Amino acid sequence: MMDDMRLVERDVTQLQAKIEAKGVQVHYGEKHALKDVDVTILDRTVTAFIGPSGCGKSTFLRCLNRMNDTVASARVSGKITLDGQDIYDPRVDPVQLRAKVGMVFQKPNPFPKSIYDNVAYGPKIHGLARGKAELDAIVESSLKKAALWNEVKDRLDASGTGLSGGQQQRLCIARAIATSPEVLLMDEPCSALDPIATAQVEELIDELRSQFSVVIVTHSMQQAARVSQKTAFFHLGNLVEYGETGQIFTTPKDPRTEAYITGRIG
Amino acid sequence: MTDMSAGGPDIRPAGKESSLLAGSARTRARNAREWRMKAYGIGAIVLSLSTLFFMLATILMDGVSAFRQATISFPLTVDAAIVDKAGNRNPEEMAKVTTIGYKRLLAQGFVAHLAAEGIDTAGVPEKDLVDMLSDDGPARLRDMVLADPSLVGQVVEVSVYATGRIDGYLKGRVTRETAERDTNVTPEQLDLADNLVAAGLLTMPFNWGFLTGPDASDLRPEASGLGVAIIGSLYMMVMVALFTVPVGVAASIYLEEFAPKNRLTDLIEVNISNLAAVPSIVFGILGLAIFINFMGLPQSSSLVGALVISLMTLPTIIIATRAAIRAVPPSIRDAAMGVGASKMQVVFHHVLPLAMPGIMTGTILGLASALGETAPLLLIGMVAFVTNYPAGPLEGGVMDPATALPVQVYSWASRSDPAFIERSSGAIIVLLVFLVIMNVAAILLRRRFERRW
Repeated sequence: MMDDMRLVERDVTQLQAKIEAKGVQVHYGEKHALKDVDVTILDRTVTAFIGPSGCGKSTFLRCLNRMNDTVASARVSGKITLDGQDIYDPRVDPVQLRAKVGMVFQKPNPFPKSIYDNVAYGPKIHGLARGKAELDAIVESSLKKAALWNEVKDRLDASGTGLSGGQQQRLCIARAIATSPEVLLMDEPCSALDPIATAQVEELIDELRSQFSVVIVTHSMQQAARVSQKTAFFHLGNLVEYGETGQIFTTPKDPRTEAYITGRIG
Repeated sequence: MTDMSAGGPDIRPAGKESSLLAGSARTRARNAREWRMKAYGIGAIVLSLSTLFFMLATILMDGVSAFRQATISFPLTVDAAIVDKAGNRNPEEMAKVTTIGYKRLLAQGFVAHLAAEGIDTAGVPEKDLVDMLSDDGPARLRDMVLADPSLVGQVVEVSVYATGRIDGYLKGRVTRETAERDTNVTPEQLDLADNLVAAGLLTMPFNWGFLTGPDASDLRPEASGLGVAIIGSLYMMVMVALFTVPVGVAASIYLEEFAPKNRLTDLIEVNISNLAAVPSIVFGILGLAIFINFMGLPQSSSLVGALVISLMTLPTIIIATRAAIRAVPPSIRDAAMGVGASKMQVVFHHVLPLAMPGIMTGTILGLASALGETAPLLLIGMVAFVTNYPAGPLEGGVMDPATALPVQVYSWASRSDPAFIERSSGAIIVLLVFLVIMNVAAILLRRRFERRW
């Protein structure tokens, strides 16, 4: 079953740590959603979070750009650093953090605006472009990086919501990378897409790896195996195992990981 | 899964093969229930539509005639001996001649013209002849002459309202039998009215005075109009919109997007819903106590009316706006936050534009119900008899006494002269037209803004 996956030729050596999490705990009211998670996410690497539903992988992802701040009942403790700086430091403005740590959501959620405005919104509010020409350039390069440019270059004024599901998701990726983030978080980006669109997005993730650190939450173990270099397995709020993708899928150390990847739990 | 389908009891009835074509008793009963449910629904709709139709038909039948008014037109020489005894055309001296003088002038002209036309006035003494003209006539003629003293000595064509009884006769409300018992009109006057119609002197033109004129006393229903009420309602609606929309939208945004969820905000929420259910007359008493007695604002003024109605409309607008804001999908907020928009930017760039159609519809519907609000206005004195137009909005007109459309309906409906029944229904038609215009505007705005999605 695992034979068809590219488990070889992973170059994960000599890369710097981008995000370091130490003893991260998350409570939603009374519920203890994430227990004592320690992870080091490397630069220019695709890291996959896998695990059964409700295991805390999305919760952890949303800690990395402080999207959990918007959930009134959520409490986060522990320490998460981005390039050595504590992102939960009171001096940190989550708005600035989110410009550095972009996010792509499970369901494609383009703004009900034109394709151009969708991509240009982030650079506009962060003042990244001086003048229209520079903004045009950012929009074009972001759409190119998201492999959407050729499909939409003639109708940038058309509404973003009029695109197909896969195109919408790539538009969301373009929107996320338009602010030139350093880390791109993806929360099950392909769960609402058909296999062809999924393949396009996966190819894109592989290309984005050359510039960003990508963290992807996925329900599909095949997808994790296809796109990631590092994999973390979450179960019931615990980080069970974290290692190189090849190792996780071929020789898992923890019996729970093995049970999950062979389909006995989850 | 596989081992489950093998065992288990057979639930199909033994020995009887069911046919797809026949349909079981159970299915038939179920279909009958569905049919009955549909019938109830259609019945309810038919009932409400016919009630609505009946109501509208009654109002239209009673009220449409208010838009026509029996008017007597004849040429008249403005006699200098009556209106300008000094003969120097000085408006200040001419102003000393009261409407009594002009009534004489009008009577003189009317009688002269009837004689000139050779119309048979048998059985109608000259006093009764002149009584067929509305008391409103002399006042208008006086205004006309004072505004343009050069008319003195000239022949002018005047149009004077016929009295309410003559008007009622032409509209079928007054008959010769009722005239026998009526001290205000004689059957002979009605005969004369027929002659006047035949001679083309008495006509029924569109009654602009009904839409523009001020209210008139019980004695001359023919001269009463909705002008002051329309201006009062207009002032109030504009002010209510100015007061409630910013406050309501700001309160809703704060409660929906920024407020922490705790006991205090829960309490505020419950109370907003409660306020929407408070009887409107209570707001009237509140307005009387606070705005008039405590703050000393002038009573009967459209400003106080607008303040009271704003208090009433605010909960409705807040509830509608919050619902519209809540209906914006959370994924849009996530998306905006995900690219690093601040809370403010999320609200003003994304949430508000998407909630706008809902906010506008809610606001306009709130305003429409405020337009029909009567009870609180009675308490703050807007049911007063107001014959002077309020000044322009920039000249402090909002502090001037005014009435409002629904209050005018109420006040006319309670007057004794039957001619006011027609006026009252006519005012309801005007009010309904305004309401329909506002509701159509709400629908159009909604369509227009929704297309941008």
